[in-house]
Amino acid sequence: MNKQDALFEYLLRIADNALILGHRISEWCGHGPTLETDIGMTNIALDYIGHARNLYQYAVEIEGKNRTEDDLAYSRDTTAFKNLLLVEQPNEDFAYTIVRQFIFDSFNYHFFDALQSSSDERLVGIAKKSIKEIAYHYRWSAEWIIRLGDGTTESHKKIQEALDEMWMYSGECFNADAIDNQLLEAGIGVDLAAVKSKFDTRVSDILKQATLTLPTEEWMQEGGKQGNHTEHFGFILTELQWMQRAYPDMEW
Amino acid sequence: MDDVKKLEAFQAKIDAEIKIEPKDWMPDGYRKTLIRQISQHAHSEIVGMLPEGNWITRAPSLKRKMGLLAKVQDEAGHGLYLYSAAETLGTSRDEMFDQLHTGKAKYSSIFNYPTVSWADIGAIGWLVDGAAIMNQVMLTRASYGPYARAMVRICKEESFHQRQGYEIMMVLAKGTPEQKQMAQDSLNRFWWPSLMMFGPSDAESKHSAQSMAWKIKRKSNDELRQAFVDASIAQIEYLGLELPDPELKWNEERGHYDFGAIDWNEFWKVVKGGGVCNKSRIKARKKAWAEGEWVREAAMAHAEKRAERAAKN
Ligand SMILES: [Fe+2]
Ligand SMILES: [Fe+2]
Repeated sequence: MNKQDALFEYLLRIADNALILGHRISEWCGHGPTLETDIGMTNIALDYIGHARNLYQYAVEIEGKNRTEDDLAYSRDTTAFKNLLLVEQPNEDFAYTIVRQFIFDSFNYHFFDALQSSSDERLVGIAKKSIKEIAYHYRWSAEWIIRLGDGTTESHKKIQEALDEMWMYSGECFNADAIDNQLLEAGIGVDLAAVKSKFDTRVSDILKQATLTLPTEEWMQEGGKQGNHTEHFGFILTELQWMQRAYPDMEW
Repeated sequence: MDDVKKLEAFQAKIDAEIKIEPKDWMPDGYRKTLIRQISQHAHSEIVGMLPEGNWITRAPSLKRKMGLLAKVQDEAGHGLYLYSAAETLGTSRDEMFDQLHTGKAKYSSIFNYPTVSWADIGAIGWLVDGAAIMNQVMLTRASYGPYARAMVRICKEESFHQRQGYEIMMVLAKGTPEQKQMAQDSLNRFWWPSLMMFGPSDAESKHSAQSMAWKIKRKSNDELRQAFVDASIAQIEYLGLELPDPELKWNEERGHYDFGAIDWNEFWKVVKGGGVCNKSRIKARKKAWAEGEWVREAAMAHAEKRAERAAKN
């Protein structure tokens, strides 16, 4: 793949993670366990949609086909989305939502931190703009893991179960494929192995404080980065893209 | 000091425009009225998150999605300020939630109307937040200090919501015929309920006179409603939409618009629980509260463990 195409794909992956996770968290709006968490989650959703927009705007420039950020969000079908399987998983309950968030934030923070040293100036700009918010997410979800793990017997059980079930989606974060390797060699992309070691340290530290056990899942699920999604994904697009599909080519 | 003297001193303070603060003496009725009104207002903010939140996942562009998320987040923040203001009067948030869930406390009836199209997000921002502002600007001068101060913060955000809502309507009204129809349809559905937001006519409003004397309220329901109609007509004309009121006419003598009769039967029906969404709104709030119980308990248990550990060290 030429460098431009590879960079476009790379940007899509990062942006799609933000869009799809933002979508999932936004489903909580008005339904959170407390008013404060409701505000917190809405704020996080807002951050992600903002990150997605910054990245899509750069992606369409790189692509050079006169597409817009909204074309990327609203006109692609399932296999053209390149987000991790983790972020498309349903909210289920607050425990699942927090576990999904914790796994993602523990990856995403170190990923964006490393992205700040990319040789691509635009990416550096985007990373620097987002890192403060991502650092806040990173603290927020870890604090909830600790609170729920080291809370009541019931909360401990719920969060451990959610962790055990979601863990199979953690491996994909660090799966380097040809595009990751190509951009890493070009000095643009992030070294996922280095991110993984920071992730491991972070996760085991937080789980220890939360009195939770690191799952020993044998099978990791992957494929989102290459466009192979779980059954949930089509329903996300059904909602997300409905207006643009029903009323194409209009200004809103 | 006996009660008559206390009451006189209290009223003198109000007449002199001195704010009443939480620790000051106040008559029971004043306290009760404020708790009722502020908590009702707080409930309106959070129940109001539901009809709008409904459209977040379907917003037609990323920019609109962010605008809507930010707006609904603001409303949650308003709920937070208002619950805090009510707490200064000696009630707790849990108590207030309980009253909402059991139907003892009311919230603005407008949120019992469904949001069925994207244009409703525009219409709500423009008309519903617009009507709320009329009321809230007045309340920035309310005699109870914490309430008035909460209102100052809230009003700034509400006027932003109104502009954002109007701008959504503008894009639709100047868009394709389908979009214009969507906007018109939404105006038709939200116009009359927005006028009802000001409450019954002064002659029939049981709390109005006392609230005016206490300067919790400074303008009558009818005055506020008239000001809202007067301000809205030019906005509707600018959009090129039709007002769903054939009786609307400028009255030169009064210097105001005359408008058609409000269907108070519909108003009372929705207030008393007969609107399309009354049941589902409360059900959604109760569900969120019940499903969040284990989370709140865990947070509390964890905080206690932490405090214990800190005390030992
Ligand atoms: Fe509000
Ligand atoms: Fe508002």
